[in-house]
Amino acid sequence: MTVRQISVFLENRPAALLEFTKLLEENSIDLRALSLAEAEDFGIVRIIVDDSYKTMQVLKDAGYVCNMTKVLAVEVEDKPGALVKVLKALGDNGVNLEYTYAFLSSKKGSAFMIMRVADNDAAVKALSAAGIKTVCQDDLGALFQ
Amino acid sequence: MKMERYYDREHECASREQMIAWQSERLVKTVERVYNNVPYYRKKMDEAGVRPEHIHGIEDLHLLPFLTKDDLRDAYPYGLLAEPLENCVRIQSTSGTTGRRVVAFYTQHDVDLWEECCARALVAAGGTNEDVVQVCYGYGLFTGGPGLNGGSHKLGSLTLPMSSGNTDRQIQFMVDLGATILCCTPSYAAYLAESIIERGQRDQIKLKAGIFGAEAWTEEMRHDIEEKLGIKAYDIYGLTEISGPGVSFECSDQKGMHINEDHFIAEVINPVTGEVLPDGEKGELVFTSITKEAFPLLRYRTRDITILSREQCPCGRTTVRMTKPLGRSDDMLIVKGVNVFPSQIETVLLNTGYPANYQIIVTRENNSDRIEVQVEMTPEMFSDSLSEVSAREKELVNALKAMLGIYCAVKLVAPKTIERSEGKAKRVIDKRNLYA
Repeated sequence: MTVRQISVFLENRPAALLEFTKLLEENSIDLRALSLAEAEDFGIVRIIVDDSYKTMQVLKDAGYVCNMTKVLAVEVEDKPGALVKVLKALGDNGVNLEYTYAFLSSKKGSAFMIMRVADNDAAVKALSAAGIKTVCQDDLGALFQ
Repeated sequence: MKMERYYDREHECASREQMIAWQSERLVKTVERVYNNVPYYRKKMDEAGVRPEHIHGIEDLHLLPFLTKDDLRDAYPYGLLAEPLENCVRIQSTSGTTGRRVVAFYTQHDVDLWEECCARALVAAGGTNEDVVQVCYGYGLFTGGPGLNGGSHKLGSLTLPMSSGNTDRQIQFMVDLGATILCCTPSYAAYLAESIIERGQRDQIKLKAGIFGAEAWTEEMRHDIEEKLGIKAYDIYGLTEISGPGVSFECSDQKGMHINEDHFIAEVINPVTGEVLPDGEKGELVFTSITKEAFPLLRYRTRDITILSREQCPCGRTTVRMTKPLGRSDDMLIVKGVNVFPSQIETVLLNTGYPANYQIIVTRENNSDRIEVQVEMTPEMFSDSLSEVSAREKELVNALKAMLGIYCAVKLVAPKTIERSEGKAKRVIDKRNLYA
């Protein structure tokens, strides 16, 4: 129950992200989610896309350094305290969260959080025991129709 | 003590005939001694077909084979030692290519002659035994601190052995003890000057002169330091292989640096053909040490580009003068007074798993050097985790610091952004314009 995230190395300079998104546009790649982590001299952009294998190929051909990792896409109810419930389920079961970012879909009443943890299986188990849903890659498309 | 213009008038102001006579006599003795005592030299000379009896005087100097930094590396550590170890009292050291250091040995005689060379430089800068000499070159393996410290002792000046760094303490001692002569790198002098002005302590210092060396500096920088500190700034040149600072130094006329040629014979050669060039022509500086006991180097190629002049200097010294180094005939960089070879950086990159495609950018901001290595990111080094990539970057910074002895910034760049030229890659971009 995970989704494929693509992480890409970007230089810290004007228009680096612009050039990257233009490349996605030229190849009709649809972004589901995006987050940017910045260090002093470089950045890592992390994306969830409709077609991850095609995207990897496009990026590699264009000379980008990138890799693919499996991350959780957790459905969070759109109401106060919903995120607390998710984090409590992870925390109570000793799952450490490395980073997270949110995205919205066309599904009403829900938001989604991408979560990067060390042990995906343990996290999915902890979440489902608490009645929290995670989305798999194949279900992702349906969220945007 | 009355103001004396020379530390050693006899040697600094000798007639040309007298100087040549000394040089010839000392050269013959040195060649004989190293041929008989140092197998490395004997082998080198035999290979070149030169025997001690071929060397009658300095007119035969050109017959001797050159010695390079590679020889020093091959012979490390004892291969060029010309005295039994029990007669040696000191080593000094400098970084060499690919991490192998150069170690120079000194007998007490060698330390004395080196310190006397530094004393000559201090006197040429107006120093007497009434001066207070603040030495903020590094002490230790680096020759800067020990050399000027020893020279100041020889002169009988009060010596403040500050070593480098700790600007607060430097300024406090400078003010409280009334330092009159400052010895450090020009970039540190510029930094000190700014710090003193920032603190509003400019009127509390008594400096009259500064002796600045170990790195290249421009005339603009000289004027800037002179104006800010209210001093006259003197250049000094040297290298560990030959002794240390004081191989040559400026007098108050500042028409080049006087070489202590009663100890070190200077030649300028065409770096490609090895041909000896006449005075006034630009080429690579070569030294032969003729008075040293433990580590006398014959025709050592410094890789520094300079021009020699024997025109009479108004100061009265008759020794040959060299211009400030005008460049290098190899790819060595001097950053913050430290010798840096691109090959050292390449070694670190390969050892830490980075690609050998890199570029070194050297800049100077506010009179202080900055060195940055740009490295291309590879899929093997990349991760979705920022902390992992940053940790790897930090590892590289630490490894570079361990190799070079100075902080070297690292910048990760996108693949294929570092220009690959046909043939020799342009590894170094030095934006300092020091030799302009």
